[in-house]
Amino acid sequence: MSEEQQVQVNESLDVMGELEDGAEQYLTFILGDEEYGVEILRVQEIKGWDVVTSIPNTPEYLCGVLNLRGTIVPVVDLRLRFDMSVCEYNPTTVIVVLNIEGESQRTVGIVVDGMSDTHNVMPDDIKPAPDFGSTIDIDYINGLVTIGDNMVMLLDIDRLLSVEAIG
Amino acid sequence: MAKILAVDDSASMRQMVAFTLKGAGHTVTDAADGKQALDIAKTQSFDLVLTDINMPVMDGITLTKELRALPSYRFTPVLVLTTEAGGDKKSQGRAAGATGWLVKPFNPEQLLATVKKVLS
Amino acid sequence: MSIDISQFHDVFFEESFEGLDAMESGLLNLEEGAADVEEINTIFRAAHSIKGGAGTFGFMAVSEFTHKMETLLDEMRNGQREVTPESTNVLLEAVDVLREMLTAVQQDQPTDDARIAVVCEKLVDMLGGDEAGDTVESQGETETAAEDGGEGPIGWKIDFRPHLHMLQTGNDPVRMIRELDSLGELSVTADDNNLPPFSDLEPEDSYLAWHMELRSDVAKEEIIEIFEWVDDDCDLTIEPLLGTATVAEVSAPAEDEPAAIVEADEPFVDVEELDEEADLIAEPAAEAELKAPAAKAEAKQKSASTPAAASIRVGTDKIDSLINMVGELVITQSMLSQVGENFTEEMLPQLIDGLAQLERNTREMQEGVMRIRMLPISFAFNRFPRLVHDLTSKNGKQVDLKLTGEQTELDKTVMEKIGDPLVHLVRNSLDHGLETPEVRAAAGKNETGTLNLNAYHQGGNIVIEIIDDGAGLNEEKILNKAVEKGLVAASDNLSPEKIHELIFMAGFSTADVVSDISGRGVGMDVVRKNIHSLGGSVEVSSEKGVGTKFTIRLPLTLAIMDGQSIRVAKENYILPLVSIVESLEVKGSEIKQVSGKGELYKLREDYVPVIRLYEVFGIEPQITDLEEGLLVVVEGDGQKVGLFIDDLLGQQQVVIKSLETNYRKVLGLSGATILGDGTVALILDVPGLISLYREPPSGNSVVKAVRAA
Repeated sequence: MSEEQQVQVNESLDVMGELEDGAEQYLTFILGDEEYGVEILRVQEIKGWDVVTSIPNTPEYLCGVLNLRGTIVPVVDLRLRFDMSVCEYNPTTVIVVLNIEGESQRTVGIVVDGMSDTHNVMPDDIKPAPDFGSTIDIDYINGLVTIGDNMVMLLDIDRLLSVEAIG
Repeated sequence: MAKILAVDDSASMRQMVAFTLKGAGHTVTDAADGKQALDIAKTQSFDLVLTDINMPVMDGITLTKELRALPSYRFTPVLVLTTEAGGDKKSQGRAAGATGWLVKPFNPEQLLATVKKVLS
Repeated sequence: MSIDISQFHDVFFEESFEGLDAMESGLLNLEEGAADVEEINTIFRAAHSIKGGAGTFGFMAVSEFTHKMETLLDEMRNGQREVTPESTNVLLEAVDVLREMLTAVQQDQPTDDARIAVVCEKLVDMLGGDEAGDTVESQGETETAAEDGGEGPIGWKIDFRPHLHMLQTGNDPVRMIRELDSLGELSVTADDNNLPPFSDLEPEDSYLAWHMELRSDVAKEEIIEIFEWVDDDCDLTIEPLLGTATVAEVSAPAEDEPAAIVEADEPFVDVEELDEEADLIAEPAAEAELKAPAAKAEAKQKSASTPAAASIRVGTDKIDSLINMVGELVITQSMLSQVGENFTEEMLPQLIDGLAQLERNTREMQEGVMRIRMLPISFAFNRFPRLVHDLTSKNGKQVDLKLTGEQTELDKTVMEKIGDPLVHLVRNSLDHGLETPEVRAAAGKNETGTLNLNAYHQGGNIVIEIIDDGAGLNEEKILNKAVEKGLVAASDNLSPEKIHELIFMAGFSTADVVSDISGRGVGMDVVRKNIHSLGGSVEVSSEKGVGTKFTIRLPLTLAIMDGQSIRVAKENYILPLVSIVESLEVKGSEIKQVSGKGELYKLREDYVPVIRLYEVFGIEPQITDLEEGLLVVVEGDGQKVGLFIDDLLGQQQVVIKSLETNYRKVLGLSGATILGDGTVALILDVPGLISLYREPPSGNSVVKAVRAA
């Protein structure tokens, strides 16, 4: 994403905005053909692609670790994680830095193809994910929501990026 | 209100006493032993001296004697803080010229009441 | 409105623990014969302070317990009681119990009442009597109006004549009269009979007297109390004032008396409060306290929490020097900022200067900040006099403990973690190293053995030595045990040093009887592991019959490390400098292939396993021919291995960053660091690498490929 886009997105992260009662904000991104969303409260920041140091003897989808202002943060390639075809990292490749809850609070980055937008979603609009043999394990999906023309899958990042899951 | 000199080798006691008395509007200076207290007393004047008895360097009884020997402290109320319910330290204190005593452990309210009494 | 003094509890705990330490070392000193009065006084004062503070802050059980210790110590300092090993031992035990009690109270945990009771008994026995009576004292002035014949007075007739010099105690008759006035209706008549002629008048003396009548239903004790402080300095008579009422109203002496007894000790207790106070005070507070922890124990099932927010005491000199450094940094920054504005090529030398200065400032600040966390090792050494004392009491050995280099500083966290390993090594010396007086005498040695704990700085490390002049390691026994456990073959020809190293192997213990002190075999390998996890190392050297020396090396700080940058194919890693033995170019002739053991390199007399890092890490190699790369011989957990790498890069100090915070522990890595260019470099862990080598992770395709070749 361009610098302006990055700044725009980061700014919208800062501004919590006036939400309708009960609405939750989600940040959506593209991965291959599909669109996914994460709770905006969990998004710490968005980065452009950065140098990542790979760690030996780890799964392929763990790209490695990067330096986020002095902290070592692991980076997971969601495409590889979901067994999708790999594509080259290019200028639009984006790393979404997320705050993961678990036994302890951790910071993990995910590599995605590109950012989409932020959306307000009413909890009632979120439908449970049917077991329709999608690309990813439905354990990692909290639900589905239709935004505009698209069906967005809302990720359970605490499960998806738990210590065990990113082994 | 009053300028009080509080002497005790225990930091927690000094803090507690200072806090309590300051809360009532008094000014409190503290010292950790008799010698320190004496040095301070010589350079400033106080309306009341509260002193523990068992302290290193110079104990409270000696401090009381030394204070009474100073012209400006001949009539200043001096209270010794003693844990001994028995008469020994109290009478030693009196013999040294102390005005009276306050028995440890005391709570902040008791401290305030005694101080109020002796200053009025 | 009650004033909350709980904010001072922390200070009280802190100073009490310090006081207990002082008592302990004082008592240990007393033991050695020097019954110095000042020493006893110091110990007494420490107990006294704790008692007073505990009472003030409401920790009554602690106060009661300490009171007994204080009484014992008081007798000692008065010369009423001899200082005997028996008494100091009881007091040492009491110090332990008190420490536990304070910790329990501080952490809001239940206390071990059984143990407290046991030691309490010992103290009471030693004091030779019943202590129960002395917290509550009778002043003997328990007259109530009823004793005067059963008639109900309407008040009191008070005659008060201060002695000549009463004013010189700072007491003011006016104050007392005012107090009387507050108790009821007071009428006062001054008596100036003793007033001398004006010319003879001493302004500082008291000549007046007062005759007063107080109409009030207060008890006599209250009036006596008002004059309590000037008891000896005046003539005071108090008589009941009889009114017209003739019907005797018998006050209830039975109720009043216990309250009165207590009252005499407490200043200014109002009548209304008496009943409640009587309940609270008449019953030994200890009982109430003992019940409460039991109830708490039921109610709360939480395990002991770690102390909240650890803190550090820092000398102001360290802070001041840091402030100076910040000042210099500000100057450097403004200088660089000036150079940066309107920069031209001609200003390059200034820029370079400025950067050099910046490097200096940064380094100094780094050292300065590190030093804040550094404390003298005496904090860790201080537990040993007591430990040695207790252990030698039990095993009957005579040991002279020498502590040297106690002011040597090291990082607070490192010190906390080195405590247990040190204890283990010291126990080891006391248990196995040092012999009994008889054995020593028979060997022509001084009956008293020496145990020396020494510390000093060397390079960027702190070296801690534990030296004893005991029997030394028994090589035969060790070898036999090792063979027995299958750790070595009977035929292996091991040098003495190699044999000594065996004691660090897991499950090793040559103790015949598992004593409660040490020898359970869980020791040395754990000691080594712990020291290793701190980035340090431990070695042993020993001579039979002469003694044993353990040498521990630790980095001065956990966070910063001297690193050697290495390259393997496209990847760079950092090796801890402290683990590197030497680096060399490989001579093909010195490589031996041993089936089942991989490649070995002949390094002088040793054969060192060669670990191809690209294999272990599953990286695509650039150099596979050993002669084209370098071998870095490293040491970890007592083993030497050779790491095969492409190239050696620079050496630098690196700040160790955790991988585990956001990821997890990775075998073979001890952490990561951030290089000057902002990228992350991984820090290698030699023991981890050795494990990886021995058992390569499955799914490592490169490894599979190489192995198959």
